[in-house]
Amino acid sequence: MNRLVAFLAANVVPIMFLGISAAGIIMADLTLSSVSSDVSERVFRNLFLVLSLIIPIVAGLGLNFGIVLGAMAGQIGLILIQNGKIGGLEGLFVATAGSIPLAILFGYLTGLLFNRTRGREMITGIILGFFANGIYQFVFLILAGPVIPLHAEDVLLTKRNLDGTVSPLMGLRVTMNLTMIEAALDYPLEHFAPDGWIRKMSASMFGDRFAGSIPIRFGGVKWATIPILTLLTNVALCFGLTWFLRTKLGQDLRAVGQDSHVAEVSGIRVDRCRIIAIIMSMVLAAMGQIIFLQNMAVMNTYQSHEQVGFYAIAALLVGGATVSRASIWNAIFGTILFHLLIVVVSTAGSRLESPQIGEYLREFFAYAVIGVTLALHAWRSKRG
Amino acid sequence: MSESKSPIVEKIREGVIGFGMARWIIVAFLFIIWIVAALWTDENLGKMFGDCLVRTGMNGVLVLALLLPVRAGNGLNFGLPLGIVCGLIGGIIGMEFAAEEPFGIFATSEFLSRGWSGFIFAHVVALPLAALCGLALGWLVERVRGQEMMVGIYVGFGAIAGMCVIWLVIPVKSQELVLPIGGHGVRQTVLIDDYYTRILDHWPRSAEEGASAPEALLHRVFDFGTMEPVEAGNAKPRTRAEARSWVPHRKYTGFFVPVGVLLYWLGMCGLLALFLRTRIGVAMTAAGSNPDFARSIGIHVPRMRIASMVASTMLGAVGILVYSQSYGFYQLYKAPLWMAFPTVAALLLGGASLKKASVFHVIIGTLLFQSLLTTSLPVVNTLVKDSAYASSLSNLPEIARLIIQNGVILYALSRVTGGRK
Repeated sequence: MNRLVAFLAANVVPIMFLGISAAGIIMADLTLSSVSSDVSERVFRNLFLVLSLIIPIVAGLGLNFGIVLGAMAGQIGLILIQNGKIGGLEGLFVATAGSIPLAILFGYLTGLLFNRTRGREMITGIILGFFANGIYQFVFLILAGPVIPLHAEDVLLTKRNLDGTVSPLMGLRVTMNLTMIEAALDYPLEHFAPDGWIRKMSASMFGDRFAGSIPIRFGGVKWATIPILTLLTNVALCFGLTWFLRTKLGQDLRAVGQDSHVAEVSGIRVDRCRIIAIIMSMVLAAMGQIIFLQNMAVMNTYQSHEQVGFYAIAALLVGGATVSRASIWNAIFGTILFHLLIVVVSTAGSRLESPQIGEYLREFFAYAVIGVTLALHAWRSKRG
Repeated sequence: MSESKSPIVEKIREGVIGFGMARWIIVAFLFIIWIVAALWTDENLGKMFGDCLVRTGMNGVLVLALLLPVRAGNGLNFGLPLGIVCGLIGGIIGMEFAAEEPFGIFATSEFLSRGWSGFIFAHVVALPLAALCGLALGWLVERVRGQEMMVGIYVGFGAIAGMCVIWLVIPVKSQELVLPIGGHGVRQTVLIDDYYTRILDHWPRSAEEGASAPEALLHRVFDFGTMEPVEAGNAKPRTRAEARSWVPHRKYTGFFVPVGVLLYWLGMCGLLALFLRTRIGVAMTAAGSNPDFARSIGIHVPRMRIASMVASTMLGAVGILVYSQSYGFYQLYKAPLWMAFPTVAALLLGGASLKKASVFHVIIGTLLFQSLLTTSLPVVNTLVKDSAYASSLSNLPEIARLIIQNGVILYALSRVTGGRK
């Protein structure tokens, strides 16, 4: 009995979320299969970003709100391939390769800043995200075009002249249709030539209709769609993280996270470890944002990255992680639970009342869960 | 180096240095903008200076609200939106009293909804609510020592998002408040034209606007604005009762000093400065700057910190009422979500840090930051109007605001090294 109470107390947040979701499903009378297929799509889209938060938590830096900068690096990679018109899986690789050096640079600078603001990394990360957003807008709204030689017509803002010609203006488009890499990881086969050897080989092995994702059917309805490559990427990342945290460097990070004084005394270069943790998080976030956007296929050039931190962090916390402790399972469960709630609240909200209520409730839950977890953590660590 | 420096020169020298490099840069930048505006645009400089003063008065109380938490050691109060929401609730409840059957249970009251009495009634509703919310916020912040600002940000966001849901379902009856579809819920922006728009800005009124003799005299002394003729439709009040609550919709075309709002704000600054010299004020500062010492001389430190949050939330509520009367709208839903950040930036720009702030910082910071925002936008817009890139370049002031505002906050965060555990 005591163990049950302890278990409930330790997992207040996930249990609360499950309860609200269940109540929403029952009250609004939602179809389970449509909920689950929505949730599965969102989970595959978001999981990578959520996983990118784990390393800084282990290293004692708290929730890395700075992944906004990593997401920006990912988007810059996408802008580059959009400008160079490179599509398909190849485009994704080029985008990733282009964004990684940037992510490393951003991570290094962020790490330096975090080392100056020790104990306040989280709020610094939030403000840093806003600040970087200003710089990003300056670069891509003002410099792109006249200074930075981007040229493609569907990247830059354009003006239609009186004689029918189109001339490029300053700055990038507000939304970009990423048709060339649309679902390139989820449905990779669609991006190869229909009569090429890859398509032929896969058709002979898996049938004509297979394009890279497997629908899960049960009782005549579709419950989920599993995109094979996305799944494999996430699984590889999970194993990679597990492996990494067991290496020498990973153990050093853990030691820094547990007690930076002891770590310093025992010869670990604490500042360097913290910077490495942030750099890794940024690189993963850049890749995560690319995975997210290939699934969305539309990029809001100036907005897509803004909310990345909030939603990823809320998802991780819903899974039972705290500011100082997070595991891969927290990330996976959290992503599933959080997006379950989002799907339920937004569909239930639009059925019961106006659709706006759903949207506001969704935001309220995201903010509330972060606030409550932060407060609980600060409270406990103060008492303990 | 001559030794015969007069004490006055020495004082000025100290003052110049004490004013701080950052502020001199901003002042220089402002002068550059003004010179550019005077030489290359046909902007009306007088009107621009007037607008700077209006915007300063409009935002001043909100910035002042941040002062006490910094002094009491709670850091920057990013939970300011909580107070803002309380102020908005007060304003909306007050306006609802103009409806035929407010909330379906009360009787119409022009007294509670319009004019000075309406503006004061909004305060009367908002302040107790803000005191309660501030008490809760203070209690929470006291328990999460070390993460006050993070928790504050999320309390602010949560309050706004939670209120979004509540705004949607409030059963208001007034035609000017209710959403056009659905029949319940409040609009996104509520026009307060016929209630108390610019009631502070345009105080004192002139005799023909229905002011009493002393107020009209004040108007003749203070109100040195250049005014356009009163527009048609902006008819003068007919009865004495109307005159009492009537707010002139004056339109200024030149330099104009918003005497009322500046007096209101500076008066509050003065009162707060006096408060900081009283026993409680000194105790509050001590609790912030050296909590151990404060405890040893018998100051109840947590109580001081909670009190500072209560005061801050209440000032936040007053702040949004002052802001809205000058703006002419109540902006509800997600509009106040980001309001804490420019406010914090203004305080920091005035020379405050995470641990030190004074009324002087509030005044200077608001004046400089708001002047910068107010003047740069129209000047840049006129300058780039004819350029082929006008649509992109007109974003420049907004981008500059983002970078300056958050850069200032980042700088303040990185300057004080947080205690190594």
